[in-house]
Parts: sequence; structure tokens; C-alpha cells
Amino acid sequence: MAEPKALVPASGHDKLMIGQSIAGIYVAHAILILGIVIVAFPIYYTFVASTHSLQTILRPPLPLLPGDRFVENYYEALFGGVGRIGGVSVATLLVNTTIVALGIAIGKIVISILSAYAIVFFRFPFRMVFFWLIFITLMLPVEVRILPTYKVMVDLGLIDTYTGLILPLIASATATLLFRQFFLTIPGELVEAARVDGAGPWRFFKDILLPLSRTNIAALFVILFIYGWTQYLWPLLVTNRNDMNTIVIALKKMISFADADTEWHLVMVTSMLAIVPPILVVVLMQRWFVRGLVDTEK
Amino acid sequence: MATVDLKDVRKVYAGGVEAVKGVSIAIPDKALCVLVGPSGCGKSTLLRMIAGLETISAGTCSIDGKVVNAVGPTERDIAMVFQNYALYPHMKVYDNMAYGLRNRGMPKDEVDKRVRTTAKTLELEHLLERRPRELSGGQRQRVAMGRAIVRNPKVFLFDEPLSNLDAKLRGQMRVEIKSLQRQLGVTSVYVTHDQLEAMTLADVLVVMNGGLVEQLGAPLDIYEKPASTFVASFIGAPPMNLLPLRGGQLVDAVTLPEIAGNAATIGFRPEDCEVGADGAVSGDGLRLMARVEGVEPVGAESFLYCAAGGGKIVVRVAGRTEVLVGDQLPIFARREKLHFFGSDGKRV
Repeated sequence: MAEPKALVPASGHDKLMIGQSIAGIYVAHAILILGIVIVAFPIYYTFVASTHSLQTILRPPLPLLPGDRFVENYYEALFGGVGRIGGVSVATLLVNTTIVALGIAIGKIVISILSAYAIVFFRFPFRMVFFWLIFITLMLPVEVRILPTYKVMVDLGLIDTYTGLILPLIASATATLLFRQFFLTIPGELVEAARVDGAGPWRFFKDILLPLSRTNIAALFVILFIYGWTQYLWPLLVTNRNDMNTIVIALKKMISFADADTEWHLVMVTSMLAIVPPILVVVLMQRWFVRGLVDTEK
Repeated sequence: MATVDLKDVRKVYAGGVEAVKGVSIAIPDKALCVLVGPSGCGKSTLLRMIAGLETISAGTCSIDGKVVNAVGPTERDIAMVFQNYALYPHMKVYDNMAYGLRNRGMPKDEVDKRVRTTAKTLELEHLLERRPRELSGGQRQRVAMGRAIVRNPKVFLFDEPLSNLDAKLRGQMRVEIKSLQRQLGVTSVYVTHDQLEAMTLADVLVVMNGGLVEQLGAPLDIYEKPASTFVASFIGAPPMNLLPLRGGQLVDAVTLPEIAGNAATIGFRPEDCEVGADGAVSGDGLRLMARVEGVEPVGAESFLYCAAGGGKIVVRVAGRTEVLVGDQLPIFARREKLHFFGSDGKRV
């Protein structure tokens, strides 16, 4: 935790704002710190458990401080393979999940930005019909269409493939709507200026629309990456082989009903490793898109 | 360079609204043609049809003798300056100006040369590396102009380019646009709703109303001989005084000259009014008594807002005035300064 800076308001100003009292700041900080502790403690405890041996974990109480088996546990999980999921290593799971999450995030962005582009900037027959078709799918969650989708995937032989994991989750009404709303704010004069300047539809998209959408793309990427990373139901259905599992599914499979049957230390390691990539994406991308939001270029 | 010819051009929108109802204008080479009119008169639609941004429902538009009805905006070789400048917000000034050239496949060093030359003309050299949001309104306006000039097109199209600037800057840019246009000798079409801009810029002035051309000609000709009450009240600031004639008579008139035809309206400009009783001003003309309702001293001149002849009139007097609100004032307008309009609003 940072140095005791309790008297300095979060904005960084060294003076109190009007109507602020020192007591108020203490109370506010106490509440905030309490909130952080409540949220962070389970994660910390998971980390602690991931550094102890299975025997220590199974013999309560679990110590509050990290143990000495950090390197062994993480090495075993990452490269050795976990028995209950057929000896597949967590590294494989991480690769799988990264491919799936990236595929879903990028695929959704590409498809939705293109469909929003078509709907907003082109006049074609049944334009509004297509818009409403996309819009209506918002009301159909994945679960509702899961059986037909599964059948299609089986027929296409896409079970246990990355394509099968990614493709059905790629269409996104939400992202399409988001891009549509953003595109609608682009002044018509800008479009016309580009036309006069000799930019065809593709050039306009590439040179003007994409650069202006950077912030939106970054924000969506963060959201969609995490959405892809945490997918549960669809990967559960469409993967049978252990080495095609995503980390969330594998984590579930690692846990047995019988406590003694479960390699808890490896489960904890896997949990910790499953958290890291989304956090990384949020932390890295957040800086990027906050900067984008601050200097809006409109 | 190029002429622009419009022949009976019409625009009917999908909903059946007819925005332009048959307009024919011939703009000679190197001329600056100003389309002026109130909002909704079809002037912007007409400009956009010349640009190729709107389809032409009927009639023909030719640039340089070639009918361009079916030609896209890119191939028409026109450049347009938009009301909100429409600069690409994510591009530097340099790239904003170079974009159109690059899209046409011009070699890099040629693009660079052209952009720098244009930037020099417009005194934009020190801004080339900035982005539009780092510029003031006037600077953005210049960049928008630069983007048009750098292309060296056949025709410039201006869509109310000065309406987002403050009054002082507007005056400056007006002079600058005029001299640039002269210097470059590019045929231009300029849309505005500001009659001052229209008067000062135009070689050919087109006054539009309700999708039709009300009057077309040299600015001062239009000023001196407005073709209708609409033009009379639109061109000139403050506008021409128009008073209704009933059975050839005017209320409050002391003397009324012979009335042309069966005019229904008599008009005279505020600056053509003389103030003074019978003895002070003499000659044939309209003489009427007015009651002063408001006085606006502007410095070099003063405007007297009066009730007279069954309507409201404005009288311009030079310099300061001693007239007070409530005064009864004898007004005189010479016979040759009077305008008569028929019951259909047309000049008689």
C-alpha cells in the first residue's frame, strides 16, 4: 500500500476543497480501504494457498502468510500437467484461452465495426430491416440458441477446434450498436469532405473512421477480452478433449467432490494464473484508452 | 479555367419535397457567384448538387461545358469549404491538406511542394504540424481554405464558410477570400445567408427564395433595382422600407407622386430618406409624416425607427441626431428613389 497520504485528496491537490473537513476525508478513506480489503482478501488468500503444499491446505487452519512452495507449485502446474485433467499443463490452457479470448474480442470488433459501417453510411434496400435483425438478437442470449448452434458445430465438425470455440460467440449486437451510435455522431460534412477529397468507401473507413474509433475499439477490446476469457457454458459444450479446454473449464474439472481427490494447491495456482491475463489487459489498455478519452479528437 | 452552367435544375427529395424548383444560372469563367437567400430557400441544396453530393432530379449541371450529372464529386474536380470546416480531426494540418492530393495518387514530393506553397500563401506554415483541435476558429477556416486551394480545382464551392466566425474575423476573411479568388482566378460558387457577404463578394449575385431564383445580376444592380419585394427586403441593411398602397393612396402621405402602374406597395431605402419640412427639401417625391419610436445612434450614422404610412419604416441619417422618441418628423424621398411593386410583389 502507498505511503500514508490520507490527508491528500485523490485529485492530488494539496488544499482541501470547499466544504471538505479533515474528519470527512478520514472517514471516506477508511470506507475505501475497508472496501479494498474486502475485495482483495479472497484473492490474497488464494495466492497464499497457491504457495503451500497440498497437505498444509488440507490441514486447517490455512496460514495467513505465503508458504515456501511458490516455485514448485507454479512450475508443476505450468509445465508438469495436472492429473485430474489428463495431465494437461496450465500453460496449454493459458494458450487456449488467450487464443479464444483474442479471437472473440477481435472477431467481434471486426464484424461489428463493419456492420455498423454498412448500416450507418450506406443506403441499401432493407437497411433498417437488417438493423432491427441485429438489434433483436440482443434479446436472444447465447443460452437460448445453444442447442441449434451446437448441432451446427457438430455437423461442421468443429467440436474441439478453436473455430468452434470462437465462431458462435463472435456476432455482437451490443458492439454493433455501440459503433453505430459513435458513427452517427460523425458529422455528415466530414463524410462529404472525404468524398470531395477523393476517398472512396474503403479509404474513408481506413483513413478516417478507424483512427477516430480508436478509443471505442480499445474500450470494447477490454470488455470483450474479459467476456471471452470468462466464457463458461459454450466452451464446456464444445470441447471434449482436455487439451482444448479453456482455463475456466479446466479449473472446474480439477475440482472433485472429494476434497482429498483435489489437488488444491494446483487449483489455487491455476486460479491465480487465470486472473493474470485479464488484469494485464485492463491495466495496460486502461492507460491507453483513458488517454484517448482525455484528448477526444472531435 | 471553367464555367458552371445550370439548366433548369430541380431537386425533389424522396418524400416529395421540392427543394429546388428549376434554376438556371450561367456562371462565367473566373467569376465569384454568390447564392443568397433565407434558410430553406434551396441555396445549399443547389451548391451540393454542383458538388455532386446530391443527385440532380431534373435539368443539367455542366462544368467546363461537360454535363456532370452522373459524375461523382471526386471526378468533378471541385473543392469545397464547409460551414463547420470538416477538417479531419485526427490528422495534422499538413495531412489534412495533403489527403486529397495523396488520394489522387500524386507523387510525394509534388504533394509536399504544393502543401508548402499553399501554406505559405495562407500563412499557415507554422501550423502545419498541429491538429485541428489546437487551432482557433479563424485558423481552422484557413486550413479548410488551404485544403481547397491546394487541389487547384476547376471550381471552388463555399458553403457558408464564415458563419462560425466572430464578426471581426468574418470581415477579414471576407476580404481575404475575395482577393484569393481574384488572384487564383478560380470560378467559385459561394452560399451565404448574410446579405453583406453577398453584396461585397459577388461578381454574380443570385437571390433565391422558395427554391427559385428571385433575381440574378450584379450586386449593385440588384440593390438599385430589386425585382420583387422579397429581394428589396432581403438585400440592404436595414432593408428597404415597404409601405402598402390602398387604392393608389398612402396613409399619412402629405404628397404622393404619380404612382407607376397599379402598384400595391411603395418602397424606399432608409438611406434615401431626407428629413425636413416642406421648405427645407424640395422636389418631386414622397412626403409623409412619421412618428419616431426608436433612435439607434451607431456613430457614423443613426437609424430612426418610425411609424408612418400604415407601417414601420427606418430612416438613416448621417452622424448624430437630435431627434427624440415621440417626435413627429417630416420625411421626404425623391421620386427617382422610389420603388413600386405590384400586388404579386413584382416590380412595376
